[in-house]
Amino acid sequence: MLDDPAAARLAEILAAHEGLEGPLLPILHAVQAEWGHIPDWTVPAIARALNLGRAEVHGVVSFYHDFRDAPAGRHVVRLCAAEACQAQGGRALAAALCDRLGLGMGETAADGSVTLEPVYCLGLCAAGPAALVDGQPLARATPDAILETVRC
Amino acid sequence: MLEDKDRIFTNLYGMHDRSLAGARARGHWDGTADLLARGRDWIVSEIKASGLRGRGGAGFPTGLKWSFMPKESDGRPSYLVVNADESEPGTCKDREIMRHDPHTLVEGCLVASFAMGAHAAYIYIRGEYIREREALQTAIDEAYEAGLIGPNACGSGWDFDLYLHHGAGAYICGEETALLESLEGKKGMPRMKPPFPAGAGLWGCPTTVNNVESIAVAPTILRRGAAWFAGFGRPNNTGTKIFAISGHVERPCVVEEAMSIPFRELVETHCGGIRGGWKNLKAVIPGGSSVPCLRAEAMEDAIMDFDWLREQKSGLGTAAVIVMDQSTDIIKAIWRLSKFYKHESCGQCTPCREGTGWMMRVMERLVTGQARVEEIDMLLDVTKQVEGHTICALGDAAAWPIQGLIRNFRDEIEDRIRGRLVRPAAAVPVAAE
Repeated sequence: MLDDPAAARLAEILAAHEGLEGPLLPILHAVQAEWGHIPDWTVPAIARALNLGRAEVHGVVSFYHDFRDAPAGRHVVRLCAAEACQAQGGRALAAALCDRLGLGMGETAADGSVTLEPVYCLGLCAAGPAALVDGQPLARATPDAILETVRC
Repeated sequence: MLEDKDRIFTNLYGMHDRSLAGARARGHWDGTADLLARGRDWIVSEIKASGLRGRGGAGFPTGLKWSFMPKESDGRPSYLVVNADESEPGTCKDREIMRHDPHTLVEGCLVASFAMGAHAAYIYIRGEYIREREALQTAIDEAYEAGLIGPNACGSGWDFDLYLHHGAGAYICGEETALLESLEGKKGMPRMKPPFPAGAGLWGCPTTVNNVESIAVAPTILRRGAAWFAGFGRPNNTGTKIFAISGHVERPCVVEEAMSIPFRELVETHCGGIRGGWKNLKAVIPGGSSVPCLRAEAMEDAIMDFDWLREQKSGLGTAAVIVMDQSTDIIKAIWRLSKFYKHESCGQCTPCREGTGWMMRVMERLVTGQARVEEIDMLLDVTKQVEGHTICALGDAAAWPIQGLIRNFRDEIEDRIRGRLVRPAAAVPVAAE
């Protein structure tokens, strides 16, 4: 798994955070931004660089909801499942999307095209239901609007 | 009703320019260097005199908290940490500040850090807030560029750095010591206290953790004087406060009002009244999901401040007012909160890790009525065993809503168990359902 360009990129990320206090979360954010998840092979390298145990790094990765240990789809759709968006039809939106993508919540399409998962409050309660499509907030989301972003 | 001239957050709704120029036009960053020139002690005593109590929920006097920081450094640096991990169901006040009036917070960070002898401050913002993070980062960059923060901030001779740190989706990181752990790059598990953060906090250094609103109001208090701020509200519950009213009111809103405003006035003035009239009011959670709910009768003459709500065995919390009318299935609403706390328990303390799941499962059966009446007391007993037996307040926060439910709506739970009450067929999904 450890191909050279990837290892070199990881080394770059680690070097960029050298000297930073409390660097683990920023490093993990950067790793996830690069590969879409925290690949297993990065954990020992991160642990070594920060003089931590692998278990400690693994503990942090698994503690926070935002870090994933398996690759997500090429597009990640996060639907707000909190109260205000539910009151604005968030459940119907989720059901419609699940139906049209043929996925359940928290699942990735078999062809790796899209991952659908819930998120709790994006701070867009005034314009619900809200979604986060590949990191971009989408207000008053509809299945069509989301699918259009995902398919293009 | 609070007059516009007395509002601290003049751009709460984003109608105006949120950039540095806009903030300056509204009076922020005005004479900040002069405020700093009057000295640390003056700032702390002024905040003390204003009666400002922490806006994050606990209501601890902010000035007193600041005064716990060491006057002279023993070689360790001091830090200010701002808690912007606003994740509690119902609470949505800090995001309006960060999104539309971010310079109030940036200026507050400088003033508060100076008052505590801190050269660096961290703002811990929850990962789900995308727009808020962008707005705040822009404001920080603008302030750096204008020399308002950074080396020799505002020309005061004080070096000050401000960092924005992103969370990664964990409610527990809103607990102050868990937040520090998370900033250090560890799992967000709360620490035992003592030592308190003022003695050994971030990286073992003296640290104060404050809520966004507590910090953002500080510069305006200093500019306009402690007496002005203390002029609002009842004694010991002073100042202006941002209320976030959600649920079954005609117009849910976030609004800055004077502390100790009667609940009726708050709802009538800003929210267009209760949906279906006051007779239709069933229950109110007055301070975000962690405080016990109150019955409509208790809320008729309610005064929205720390002490009055405390006397009613509830609390002001974050002033996130969740209003529920007669169509609400209150048992299901509280079950939903139990589910939330079960999901977010960090698992460090056994009473909370096991208790939250246990409480949720019993609540689940109360919702359907498939329980025995004796189990209500058993559930109450379990909440008492969780409450106060955990490192942080999440255990308490999980226990209180259930205690509030049993205290106020025991008859409804019993009716459901005995099968007398037909459940509302299709309740409209609402806040905290």
